[in-house]
Amino acid sequence: MIRDRKIECMPRDELKKLQSERLCALVARMYDKVELFRMRMDELGLKPGDIKGVEDLDKLPFSYKKDLRDYYPYGLFAEPLENVSRIHASSGTTGKRIVVGYTQNDIDMWGECIARMLNGIGLGKDDIVQVSFGYGLFTGGFGLHSGCEKIGATVIPISSGNTALQIQTMIDFKATALCCTPSYAMYLGEEIERLGVKDQLKLKVGIFGAEPWTEDMRKKIEESLNIRAYDIYGLSEVMGPGVACECEYGQGMHIWEDNFIVEIIDPDTGKVLPEGSKGELVFTALTKEAFPLIRYRTRDICSLNTKPCPCGRTHIRMNKPSGRSDDMLIIRGVNVFPSQIEEAILQVSGSEITPNYQIIVDRVNNTDTLDINVEMSEKLFSDDIDVKAVDRLEKALVDKMRSTLGIGAKIHLVNPKTIARSEGKAKRVIDNRKF
Amino acid sequence: MIIHQLSVFLENKKGRLFEAIETLAKNGINISALSLAEACEYGVVRMIVDDTELSKSVLKDSGVVVSVSKAVAVAMNDSPGGARDILKVLAQADVNIEYMYAFVGKTTGKALMVLRTDDIEKTEKILKENGLGEVNPADIYRI
Ligand SMILES: [Zn+2]
Repeated sequence: MIRDRKIECMPRDELKKLQSERLCALVARMYDKVELFRMRMDELGLKPGDIKGVEDLDKLPFSYKKDLRDYYPYGLFAEPLENVSRIHASSGTTGKRIVVGYTQNDIDMWGECIARMLNGIGLGKDDIVQVSFGYGLFTGGFGLHSGCEKIGATVIPISSGNTALQIQTMIDFKATALCCTPSYAMYLGEEIERLGVKDQLKLKVGIFGAEPWTEDMRKKIEESLNIRAYDIYGLSEVMGPGVACECEYGQGMHIWEDNFIVEIIDPDTGKVLPEGSKGELVFTALTKEAFPLIRYRTRDICSLNTKPCPCGRTHIRMNKPSGRSDDMLIIRGVNVFPSQIEEAILQVSGSEITPNYQIIVDRVNNTDTLDINVEMSEKLFSDDIDVKAVDRLEKALVDKMRSTLGIGAKIHLVNPKTIARSEGKAKRVIDNRKF
Repeated sequence: MIIHQLSVFLENKKGRLFEAIETLAKNGINISALSLAEACEYGVVRMIVDDTELSKSVLKDSGVVVSVSKAVAVAMNDSPGGARDILKVLAQADVNIEYMYAFVGKTTGKALMVLRTDDIEKTEKILKENGLGEVNPADIYRI
C-alpha cells in the first residue's frame, strides 16, 4: 500500500520544486542559527540569498562527522534545548560520541518515513511488530517504534538481546514482523532451526539494517525465518533508520526526497558525479528542526538511480552501500573493505556456510598481518568430511582473498559458534595495530 | 557390508581430539574403530561407534562439525595376501579407493578393513560376488 500517494508518487519536477523551496528556507535558518555553518558560508563569500534552489546545492559547504565531535554535544543544534524533545547518540568507537537532537516534529517526520516503508511492504494495523533493535541512545529501536505507531500496528518493544526470550516472544505473541540487525536475524534463524520451532512462527516480513549485509545473507534469512527480508538505511547524524527504505519490490532503497536531498560525490575531489556513478553518499536533511544538516558526508559508497520503480514511487533509489569508508582498513597500504572479505567467503562457500567470520589485523615486525577466522559447518561438505576437502576449502579461501583484496590473508577454519557474536552489531573486525 | 562412520573436523588445537572422545565416553558410546588424518593445520578423525545417531547429536551439541557417511567394511583373510585379494578385485572393477583404515573385530579377533571408495554400493556388490570378507555386524558396532 502507498501511504502518501501525493508525496511518494510526486512527479520529479514537482519534487525538485519542493526541495528547492525547502532548501532555501533551510539555508536561511541554518545561517541564522548554526555558527559553524555561518562561518563556512562567510569563508566562501556566500549569503543565504545566493542559493536559489537545488541547482545551487553544490555551492554550499560540506559538513563532516568531525564537526559533530568538535561541537559536542549541542553546538550544531538549530533549536534551543527547550524545543528539543529527545537526544540520540552513537557509540563512537574512537574519540567522542556524536550527539543528535529531535523536536517533536522531527520525531513525527522520522516515524512517517518509516511508516511509508512499513505500509509499502504490506504491514498495517493488524500486524504485530517485534522491534529487536536496541532501545536507547542508538536510533534503531525508537525509530522503528514510532514508525509502527504511525501505521497503528501493535509494537513489541523487546529491544535487543536474550535470544531465547526473543524466540519465545515471537511465537507466543504471534509476531508478524521482525526488526533487527541482519547479523542478529541470521543468528535468530540458526537458533530457530536448532530448536525446530520454525513452523510455530507467524512472521511474514523482516526489516533489517544498521549494518552492511549481502544478498546471500538476505536469502539465508528469508529461508531460515520463512519471511521476505527488506533493507532499511539510515545513520543517526542524518536521522536514523528510515532515510531510505526498500519498497515491496526490493530493488534498491527509496530515499524520501521530500525530506532529504542526496548527492553522489567523488570522495577525493568532492565533485558531484553524474547519476549512476559510484561514489560517496552526501545528505542534506531539509526538514529536520533540531539538527538540520547540509551536505553531510556519510563516507558510505554507493550509487543512485531515478529510473521509475515498478511500485510507482518517484523517489530516487540507492543500492546497498558497498562499503563504508569509515570501516575501511588499510593493510600493507591496500584499502580493504570488510564487505569484500564477506563476499569472497560467500563465493567460495556457495552461500551454504553461515558466513560468520572475523577479521584480525595486527602488525608484526613492522608488517601488517591479516588473519581471517571462518566458522566451519557440515554444509560445507557433501557428506563425508575429508582432510582433502578441508584443504581445498582453505586453499580456495586463500586464493579468493588474494584475487579479491590484492593482498594475502591467512585463513583459519574454526569450530562453529566459536567466534563471539554480539546480539546487536557483529564485531567483524579486530584491529590490534597501534598507530 | 555397508557401514556408517562418523567424521569429525578438528581444529588443530591441543585437546580437540580428546574432547570429542570424552564427549562420546560421557554419553556411554563405544568406539570400535578410530583413524586420524591430518593436513596442515587441521585434522579429521573418523570413528565407528555403537550408536551413530546419538554420537552425531552429542558431538554437534558440543560444538564440533561432524558428518555421518557410508563406507564398506570387509573382513580380511588370515592367509598372506588377504588385503591384496580385496584391492585386486576392486582395481579390476575400476573402483577407486579414497582412503582405508583397519581395526580388529571383537568377536573374531580378525582384522577388518574399512574402505571409502568412489562407489560404495558397487564396492559392496563386487566384494560379495567374489566371496570376500562377509562381516558380522556385531563385530563392527560391538552390539
Ligand atoms: Zn519502489
